[in-house]
Amino acid sequence: MSEDEELPDLVGGSTRSSNSTAVSGGGDQNYVSPSPDQVLENVIENVLYFLTSRHDRNAASLVCKSWYHAEALTRSELFIGNCYSVSPCRVTNRFKLIKAIAIKGKPRFSDFSLLPPDWGAHFAPWLRAMAVSYRALEKVYLKRMCVSDEDLAIAAHSFPILKELVLVCCEGFGTDGLAIVARECRHIRVLELVDSDITDDEVDWISCFPDDVTCLESLIFDCVESPINFEALERLVARSPSLKKLRLNSYISIRQLYCLMIRAPQLTHLGTGSFSTLEIVAQGEQEPDYISAFAACKSLICLSGFKDINPEYLSAIYPVCGNLTSLNLSYANISAEQLKPVICQCHKLQTFWALDSVSDEGLQAVSAACKDLRELRVFPVEALEDAEGPVSEVGLLAISEGCRKLQSILYFCQRMTNAAVVAMSKNCPDLVVFRLCIMGRHRPDHVTGEPMDEGFGAIVKNCKKLTRLAVSGLLTDRAFNYIGQYGKLLRTLSVAFAGNTDLGLKYLLEGCPKLLKLEIRDSPFGDSALFAGLHHYYNMRFMWLSSCKVTRHGCEEVARQLPGLVVEVIALNEEDKETNEYVDTMYLYRSLDRPRADAPRMMVRPPLIVGKALYKYKAGLPLAGLKISRSPCGSMYLSS
Amino acid sequence: MEVGVMKMVNKEKLNLKETELRLGLPGNDEEIMGKNLTLNSNGKRGYTETVGLKLNFSGMDQTDDQKEKNLHKEKTPAKAQVVGWPPVRSFRKNIMAVQKNESEETTDKAGMGGAAYVKVSMDGAPYLRKVDLKKYTTYQELFDALGKMFSSFTIGMMDFMNESKLIDLLNDSDYVPTYEDKDGDWMLVGDVPWKMFVESCKRLRIMKGTEAIGLAPRAMEKCKNQS
Repeated sequence: MSEDEELPDLVGGSTRSSNSTAVSGGGDQNYVSPSPDQVLENVIENVLYFLTSRHDRNAASLVCKSWYHAEALTRSELFIGNCYSVSPCRVTNRFKLIKAIAIKGKPRFSDFSLLPPDWGAHFAPWLRAMAVSYRALEKVYLKRMCVSDEDLAIAAHSFPILKELVLVCCEGFGTDGLAIVARECRHIRVLELVDSDITDDEVDWISCFPDDVTCLESLIFDCVESPINFEALERLVARSPSLKKLRLNSYISIRQLYCLMIRAPQLTHLGTGSFSTLEIVAQGEQEPDYISAFAACKSLICLSGFKDINPEYLSAIYPVCGNLTSLNLSYANISAEQLKPVICQCHKLQTFWALDSVSDEGLQAVSAACKDLRELRVFPVEALEDAEGPVSEVGLLAISEGCRKLQSILYFCQRMTNAAVVAMSKNCPDLVVFRLCIMGRHRPDHVTGEPMDEGFGAIVKNCKKLTRLAVSGLLTDRAFNYIGQYGKLLRTLSVAFAGNTDLGLKYLLEGCPKLLKLEIRDSPFGDSALFAGLHHYYNMRFMWLSSCKVTRHGCEEVARQLPGLVVEVIALNEEDKETNEYVDTMYLYRSLDRPRADAPRMMVRPPLIVGKALYKYKAGLPLAGLKISRSPCGSMYLSS
Repeated sequence: MEVGVMKMVNKEKLNLKETELRLGLPGNDEEIMGKNLTLNSNGKRGYTETVGLKLNFSGMDQTDDQKEKNLHKEKTPAKAQVVGWPPVRSFRKNIMAVQKNESEETTDKAGMGGAAYVKVSMDGAPYLRKVDLKKYTTYQELFDALGKMFSSFTIGMMDFMNESKLIDLLNDSDYVPTYEDKDGDWMLVGDVPWKMFVESCKRLRIMKGTEAIGLAPRAMEKCKNQS
């Protein structure tokens, strides 16, 4: 669920209105015309039923008190972009009818080990509140949250009609927890574990699904790094007639995949597991007809997995290539030669993920074949700064020339030129997401030796729909000037090892009115730049600055001036830094409630001014009491 | 021969499992990072810390080699790496390493640097493992490593087998290490000079002695001579 993919949703969907219950006074002869207020309320309550977009609902809730209440009573889907922006009880007090909830926890840089492991983002407090107030909860989506086995057990017991559980980049639980979900959630239709760290408790969780026919539609466990009871899985698939999405982990061999595919030809999304032979095969034993298994899956549109691929088997997927809209080969270390025969058949492909092992030549083949491509991600086989890079500006240029409808790109490379980036900005005007990672820090245009300012400048200038940008390479303040000048729709920005002076950050904070999420590391931005954003921080979900030049004094000043913010200062070692020394990490976010009490090993700093929402913690120091008071923030705008 | 007892470890205290059955490379877990802030996610470790069971390979000398091979060693990077850069999630990095070495295995192995990963299977063990032949310089080193690797299986196999069978496994010098060479023939390990072995070995299989009968006559001869 990437927010960049969400399109603003106007009132309901056209399909809904055909089911509408009309607001009518009826044909009653004793009809008394209701008061205008009453009409308004009736209309609102019924219209609100069809409002699905949270942005529309947020707007409606601000009109007046009665609209606020009507909206609160009719909202059924809740999105919490930062689990610490609002307390669970405030949420359950306002919204009564929630059926689906999405909660995001840690900031994205935690994926790259920049956050202490016990930082927080626990699901438990949310669960406690929802177990009381939202017994009819059907869908739970969590991203970067800490979830324990116990949490899963409580969820299974508290939400008897839970239908969907999606855990993305989560951790803290194991196959024990999965067993509980499988056993207890009788109505589960969707169980998706994506990029999560799941401990192997050596429990056969697959066998815990009930014996009768299941209503499973989606079972995704490719990130579960533990063996699976294959016979049980086979039986599960056989008794799950609604199963459309199945993503296997790397413990499933291609032979086992074959057995599953012939039982489930109705699949639309398939993660192929290891895609190699794992078992000991007797000499001369017949290989199953993999091609026919794929040929039988006439509805298959999304293919992934290939976790341990034996490239000889790749030709088995030919029968489905012509139908694929999404192909994820980002675990398959294959060459251009191995890719070509596959990709040339994928004319309908819209999403393609690959490793840079396919090289520029492979990308040229993609460009020639996939005219409908919307999203491309190229990951590095060797994620090192000084590695050989098989992809470069050549591949980027080729893609830009062949795939004019491109909307989203993530591209890791070792060398790049401004010219190629500029070309992409002109060839692909529909770009919404542009993330270029030149892996060598401070690396300039490798042909001209210039900084990469002009390339990124062209992107923000020419790609008028751009909402997400990640920059890299050698960048001066000029690049940020461009971004501030042209990036008017920019919501998410990721910066690393870039910029010269405070001006860089100032340009961003002053120029980008829609900036919502800003993450910066190892860039020379200091306190004066920090203060340049005071007018804007309440409009942001968060800002992250690590290894920059902000001081503790600067952080305290921001907290002092903006009581509606929580400013976390994270120190990486135990020394008590002076106020004029640079902090390691500053993470600030708006919050309607008191700063969280679950920060690890908090150290108390008595606030200088009552109402300041500042606290800090350092790893390794003993737990101390919390003594922070603050005045509540006035606005009732639910953060998105 | 010591038999270790498997303990249930509190998941919170220990991120790593002692007998992890994983199709990953041994020792290829730790990222080389300046500061290791997180211990979880792929801090899974290899098998060197499993209980020291040794399998008796027939025909080979069994030395009491107490020296722990540090199989966590990565090749030292050319340049100091920065924490969290490039921004690739650790589970992607680990899997990359496996994949990369697989391709090296097929293209260039014994020649220019790089690793020489081969799959190792043991009869009765449910999963394959991998070893990098380049990490060893003698057959004995390889056998020590294999012994440690499959000791974790034998502990795991307590589930599959009962205790008496396990004792047999340990005492019986009935396991024969074999390998498949470039020509597709199954040979007994130890036949040829080490370097030649590394170059020609495509995969390893630790067979039950009874199945080793069909090996090349030369290998059989050797086997007879040594038993």
